[in-house]
Amino acid sequence: MSRQDEFANALMALDAPCPVGLFSSNGADPASRFTVYRNNVHSSLINALATGYPVTLQLVGDAFFRAMAGLYVQAFPPGSPLINEYGNDFADFIQGFAPAASVPYLADVARLERLRVKAYHAADALSLDQQAVITALQQQSTLGELRLQLHPCVATLDSAYAVVGLWAAHQTGESLATLNPLHAQSALVLRNGLEVKVFAVDSGSVAFINSLNNDWSMEMALAYALDAAAEFDLHQCLALLIGHGAITHLHTEQKVST
Amino acid sequence: MMTLSSPHPTSQTQAPGLPRRAGLGLKNEHFTEVLKTLPDVGFFEVHAENYMVAGGPFHHYLGLIREQYPLSLHGVGLSIGGEGPLNREHLARLAMLIERYQPHSFSEHLAWSSHGPVFLNDLLPLAYDHEILNRVCEHIDQVQTALKRPMLLENPSTYLQFHSSTLDETVFISEVIRRTGCGLLLDVNNVYVSCINHQRDPMGYIDALPLHAVGEIHLAGFAEDTDSLGDRLLIDDHGAPIDNAVWHLYQQVLERTGPVATLIERDNQVPAFSVLHAEARQADRHLMAVDS
Repeated sequence: MSRQDEFANALMALDAPCPVGLFSSNGADPASRFTVYRNNVHSSLINALATGYPVTLQLVGDAFFRAMAGLYVQAFPPGSPLINEYGNDFADFIQGFAPAASVPYLADVARLERLRVKAYHAADALSLDQQAVITALQQQSTLGELRLQLHPCVATLDSAYAVVGLWAAHQTGESLATLNPLHAQSALVLRNGLEVKVFAVDSGSVAFINSLNNDWSMEMALAYALDAAAEFDLHQCLALLIGHGAITHLHTEQKVST
Repeated sequence: MMTLSSPHPTSQTQAPGLPRRAGLGLKNEHFTEVLKTLPDVGFFEVHAENYMVAGGPFHHYLGLIREQYPLSLHGVGLSIGGEGPLNREHLARLAMLIERYQPHSFSEHLAWSSHGPVFLNDLLPLAYDHEILNRVCEHIDQVQTALKRPMLLENPSTYLQFHSSTLDETVFISEVIRRTGCGLLLDVNNVYVSCINHQRDPMGYIDALPLHAVGEIHLAGFAEDTDSLGDRLLIDDHGAPIDNAVWHLYQQVLERTGPVATLIERDNQVPAFSVLHAEARQADRHLMAVDS
């Protein structure tokens, strides 16, 4: 084992002994100083997760969150120097983390928070002018010929819990007393200009947006949306997307090249 | 193999145009205030890794701030002291950022932070011997070739030493600078932290470095702990105002180097912009005093 192998292994394993070959010039036990490095590694990564998942943290409290995040850090240390991306799968870990089972919506709130971070840093793209989109839509005899391309920031989440309500209540300091967390909710996350926004939408809208993101035509997207929710309101969903600059391209191709 | 083996003139190591003034680390919580008030700050410095994102507000604001201020790009994830090869993907991302923002300076650390596939998110210490010296020089050659510019290398803050070290840290750094032509980012706080932790004289350490190669100075605050003997153990946490002892050391450095671009670093417990700006003004007063 190389020196850095040994050092790195001892950093990650909290109960590992201090690596050999180290000393302090004042004669102090090197373990008491090695601890500084180990604390730096673990606390900086736990802090990165706390920064990225503020509502998840508030839902379980600081001590619980840090203990849970600490176990995640040990099991899944970062694989890249891009700490912005660290913890992309933290929600999956939370989902399987038995002590958090009493907060069944915790993983979905974490998923929503990660979508917000991703939307914040998503690629830039020019949105189509709102009026131009409306005019183009009005000029089409059938919507089926149209294809819409959405901004790279646009993402959705289907949840069995009131994920948007739970998240929103923590932004305003609103009481959770009146909120039924077991009310299923879907979320639309996007960045409008420089601001990330979260909307509660129906499952039809999620199916519609995901179909557009999978490069389906409007006609097919509408069919999937109606299949997901018979009450899907195309006009309302398009108004939301147009109003928040979520449409970047609009084609009227008959044939689709895939 | 090393491609550079002879000493290089200082002109190459002084970043072009990085003003001999005080600069500040740019924090995202201060983006809009900086743009609105355009404070009199010599330059801004950013951590390169924070801007390795596709788009959004970080690039929006950095682009606007770059139009108004000189920029220093400071890497924290390249792991120049790592046993393994440099991460080429990461190097390519750095090259792209440099192409996009044309910073006046690029700097990285004499430390390692990645091991195998794992990124440890800390600046970890190196043993100093000839084999490691060769490896660090090869890595710096590779960085300077890929980025098409000389870099500045920052002296570390450390808490431990290695029995296997055969070279003094200052000798190691001097040799890296001589062989690769890179410049020195003299972190005066790191000097103070390491020297207290290893019972060295900070000015003796500084005088053993090639001060002609200093392209930038860092100033920051530290946290204080104790080791198993109850002795002071200083921790470089960038979470406090600059200590008086570090200001004093800075003044002594400037008397030797003359004015050098000086960054006030604060990465934790970030205070209001005005608090950081006051520290920058204090550094500017030191710089003006040695210039006259």
